[in-house]
Amino acid sequence: MIEHFLVGLALLLGLSGGYLIASTRWRGKRSERPQQVHQILLPFTGTEISRRALDAALRLAKAEQATLMPAYLAAVPKQLPLECAIPAEAAKAMPMLEAIEQRATGQGVPVDARVERGRSYRHALSRLLDHESFDRVVVSATATGAAGFSGDDLVWLLDKAPAEVLILRPGPEDHRVLTA
Amino acid sequence: MDRGHYKIFLGMAAGVGKTYRMLQEGHAEVAAGRDVAIGYLEPHKRQETSDQARGLEVVPRRKVTYREVEVEEMDLPGVLARRPDLALIDELAHSNPPGLEHEKRFEDIAEVLAAGTDVFSTVNVQHLESLNDRVAELTGVRVRETVPDSVLSTADEVVLIDLTPEALVARLRAGKIYPGDNIQAALDNFFRIENLAALREVSLRQVAEEVESKRLTLHVPEPLGTREERVAAEVPRAVGERLLALVRPQPSSQRLVRRAWRSAQRLGTGLDLLWVKAPGKPIEGDVERQVTALRQLASVLGATLLVEEHDDLVAAVARVVRERGSTYLMVGESSPRKGLARLREPLPQRLMKVTPAGVDVRIVAHRGGKEEHE
Repeated sequence: MIEHFLVGLALLLGLSGGYLIASTRWRGKRSERPQQVHQILLPFTGTEISRRALDAALRLAKAEQATLMPAYLAAVPKQLPLECAIPAEAAKAMPMLEAIEQRATGQGVPVDARVERGRSYRHALSRLLDHESFDRVVVSATATGAAGFSGDDLVWLLDKAPAEVLILRPGPEDHRVLTA
Repeated sequence: MDRGHYKIFLGMAAGVGKTYRMLQEGHAEVAAGRDVAIGYLEPHKRQETSDQARGLEVVPRRKVTYREVEVEEMDLPGVLARRPDLALIDELAHSNPPGLEHEKRFEDIAEVLAAGTDVFSTVNVQHLESLNDRVAELTGVRVRETVPDSVLSTADEVVLIDLTPEALVARLRAGKIYPGDNIQAALDNFFRIENLAALREVSLRQVAEEVESKRLTLHVPEPLGTREERVAAEVPRAVGERLLALVRPQPSSQRLVRRAWRSAQRLGTGLDLLWVKAPGKPIEGDVERQVTALRQLASVLGATLLVEEHDDLVAAVARVVRERGSTYLMVGESSPRKGLARLREPLPQRLMKVTPAGVDVRIVAHRGGKEEHE
């Protein structure tokens, strides 16, 4: 009788110990894993977006099973209320978002788009950072400053964005843009 | 007493010739034997306009002191006492200084009309409230004096004074609109060809909508059936086209909204977005985020997001369609139905049954999820 009890106790202790060791290891492995990325922000302005930036964002989103959040930044003139309707800007933004979504869906990447207004592009981006959550930001620096974000904007973004910022340096393929 | 006949001369910008045309028609009425008087004229120091006014009787203006400056305003009591058959009253969007009978000149005009006098008046398209933001965005210039759009609908006739942007710029360059010193500044700012082209489009569209709305209101056929059926039949005719899109707080709705907005733009109609929310379900977490995003998108597009709490989607939609006078209904493609749901009639068919005749239902397909392989 005592023998049976001792065997049972040993078995129970063995199983508990095994469980503890396994769970500690599992927890350790889990903490070593990179954090799951859910949203990748792709801010842009105007009627074209760098193909390199879009492709990079799509590659990352696909690899990390994340949602792409393309965000059109609209600068509202000072004489208009900030929250007013902006049909002329919307006429630029909507086809662009449509084109991005088409490309993303073709690659199996879910999209959750935004349009953000501000007094300047940076102000719009700042407002977006305030109320949206994302894990990564992809932006392209431009050599010309004609489109995309200026050096100052990028420094500001690195300082303010509560997420990893991926800045694509100007490249020879920058003439390739996605237009609506 | 019958209300007077109201005719508005609408233009895309200053200098197209609204006042000139009003005065021309005033002369024609005099020639036809009618008693015509100018209630208020603002010639803006334009010689052609002043010349055209010659020969027409003018009701003298009254002097009013505003912020220690003496200004001249239309003498409403004077016009009412003079009581001509037809009064020519320029610039209906004008704001009166405090202390006069009404805040706005269009309200003065309403009183003149109520007294049985016909009125001809003028206004530029950017003064219409609903277009004010749009015009300001297009041109970068915001006017402070606005009038409700309903003022235009109260007119018996709206005459568009149309001029090509090039012709208007030529008039400006020739000094026919502003004195010499101001010409270059005007050309550099408001009077840019692209501004004028956009304003012209807005004006033409506005008048087209007015014409259509009047045509539909005037030719409603003899209504039959129950009261509800009559209301349902008349609502879309009375208000023109209006688009309603059914949305849900999820990213896929954004495509539907974009499509709906594009259609609304082409039709020149208003857009409403409707989310029928299950009663008692809290808006939190992801749903809250998506509702905020939809609200933001609606605001950017100038659309209205309506949130209705109802446990019957179809009944809620039918009610909103009637209330808003929607003539187009856009719905997203439903997901494949499973189990017993297959026996149920599809949503578009159910919507067609409960919405008034003439309301079109359009299904917007989901974007294909097939992956491209590069």
